[in-house]
Amino acid sequence: MPDIDKSAIEYLAKLARIKLKDEEMEKLIADLKNIIDYVSQLNQLNTENVEPAKHVLPYCNVCRKDVKKNSLPVEEVLKNAPERAENMFKVPGII
Amino acid sequence: MDEFQTVIGLEVHVELLTNSKMFCHCSTQFGSRPNTQVCPVCLGLPGTLPVVNEKAIELGIKTAIALNCKINDEFIFVRKSYFYPDLPKNFQISQYRNPVAENGYLTVGEKNIGITRIHLEEDTGKLIHDEQTGIWSCVDFNRSGIPLMEIVTEPEISSPQEAENFLQKLKRLISYLGVSDCIMEEGSLRCDANISVKRKSDLKLGTKVELKNMNSFKSVRRGLAYEEQRIIEMLKENRTVAQETRLWNEALQITEGMRTKEEAHDYRYFPEPDLLPFKIKSDLIERIKAEIGELPNEREKRFQKEYLLSSYDSAILTAEKEISDYFEKALSYHNEPKQIANWIQTELLGLLKEHHTKPGECKITPEFLAKIVKMVSQDKISGTAGKTLLKEIFLTGQDPEVLVNEKNLIQITDTKEIEKIIHEVIEQNQQAVLDYKSGKTQALGFLVGQVIKQSKNKANPGKVKEILQKKMNE
Repeated sequence: MPDIDKSAIEYLAKLARIKLKDEEMEKLIADLKNIIDYVSQLNQLNTENVEPAKHVLPYCNVCRKDVKKNSLPVEEVLKNAPERAENMFKVPGII
Repeated sequence: MDEFQTVIGLEVHVELLTNSKMFCHCSTQFGSRPNTQVCPVCLGLPGTLPVVNEKAIELGIKTAIALNCKINDEFIFVRKSYFYPDLPKNFQISQYRNPVAENGYLTVGEKNIGITRIHLEEDTGKLIHDEQTGIWSCVDFNRSGIPLMEIVTEPEISSPQEAENFLQKLKRLISYLGVSDCIMEEGSLRCDANISVKRKSDLKLGTKVELKNMNSFKSVRRGLAYEEQRIIEMLKENRTVAQETRLWNEALQITEGMRTKEEAHDYRYFPEPDLLPFKIKSDLIERIKAEIGELPNEREKRFQKEYLLSSYDSAILTAEKEISDYFEKALSYHNEPKQIANWIQTELLGLLKEHHTKPGECKITPEFLAKIVKMVSQDKISGTAGKTLLKEIFLTGQDPEVLVNEKNLIQITDTKEIEKIIHEVIEQNQQAVLDYKSGKTQALGFLVGQVIKQSKNKANPGKVKEILQKKMNE
């Protein structure tokens, strides 16, 4: 089981691209510990001869035919874009 | 060089030739206006659900068969999580453990180069950077969700040249299969490489350097050659080679370390809950196998055996499926493999390249080419006239047998008529005749040329030379 401490929370916050205040961090450490403790009950089960579940539903090979259909109108596509340049989404520079 | 050993592995991405995207109905057409081929699914809007394109799975299996891979009887898709503006969902649907296929090989020359794995995923959007200010980047999601296949080789390639050869063979195979059009300039084939170099006497493997940003097969070879040399120099000076990702700079023809500090990735792969697993039965594999037909390596060997072509000729004629098909179709009209092969290589391929035309779109049908070659080989028309016809038909698509009469290109083989022209030419070029008689044999070539010119390219050069020589020796 991973150790849920401050550095673990800092790492997760970094992965999630969020900034946390110290008091939020304290609360999250406690919450996450609880959640992991709860889920860890599953470890009591003996899973030695059980195949890992790939999905909860008993179906497979669900596909669609390779047919193209109309896409969204550009105005719809860009409706929620905070910034746009011509037909494109404008985002902070990445190089 | 001999004291060092180079080990190269490649990671190739190809966009699959499907009509619609991997998980939605949007078109995969290249070059459309930005963001005109997107929908809520490939924009990653909340609440949307992906549905797998059946054709993409089949193309993956087809490639796996052709690359002698073991196809996994069960595979799943996973989420690979990372943040980047070209990735609208903040995760890419990909494969991790249990990819479509594993453990194959591709024969390059005499060597089998191992294929570690083939997996399917979705492409990302495209970022267009504001190079001047760097303040903004723009995103076009047309490419987002296009089916992508990743092929990873074993680290078994031993030189930059062999890496290029591998890519050429792989591209030929994949285009033959109709799996991808493999156009590196349009990004439908992309390649990253890993390279390490060690002293042969060292037991430990060399440090691995990752190389990116090569945009042609040639730049893959050049980038790797540069990197190989750079590492060898470092080893000679006993410096430590850093494990890093370097970018090929095409303009400067050098590799450069990435300026940004690369952090260890944590993709947190987990099974994609919105997609169900795949179970591949042998009847599907058999059906796809039956569709494959003759592979390019086999065809190349057959051309050598059946048509007695050199390995060079067969390699050129099997470089593209359309060319091989064209060649064999032309043979059905004029069964002279060497002649047809020569005309395709020296004339047709040049025309196609010059006009950026594909063999299938070319107005010179295999039948027309065969007719021209046949007329030349029967001395009905001269080789020059044949080339003239070819260029004309390339534009007009006229039947050569009609055009040859229209343009009055039938060769004069009638001795009397040729003698008449020769007589005139000798009269007009006394100096050249004297030169020839005084031992300047080059003068003969000049006179032959004059006769052919006067005949409007219709006199048969062999015959002209023969008669002229006889006349002047009289």
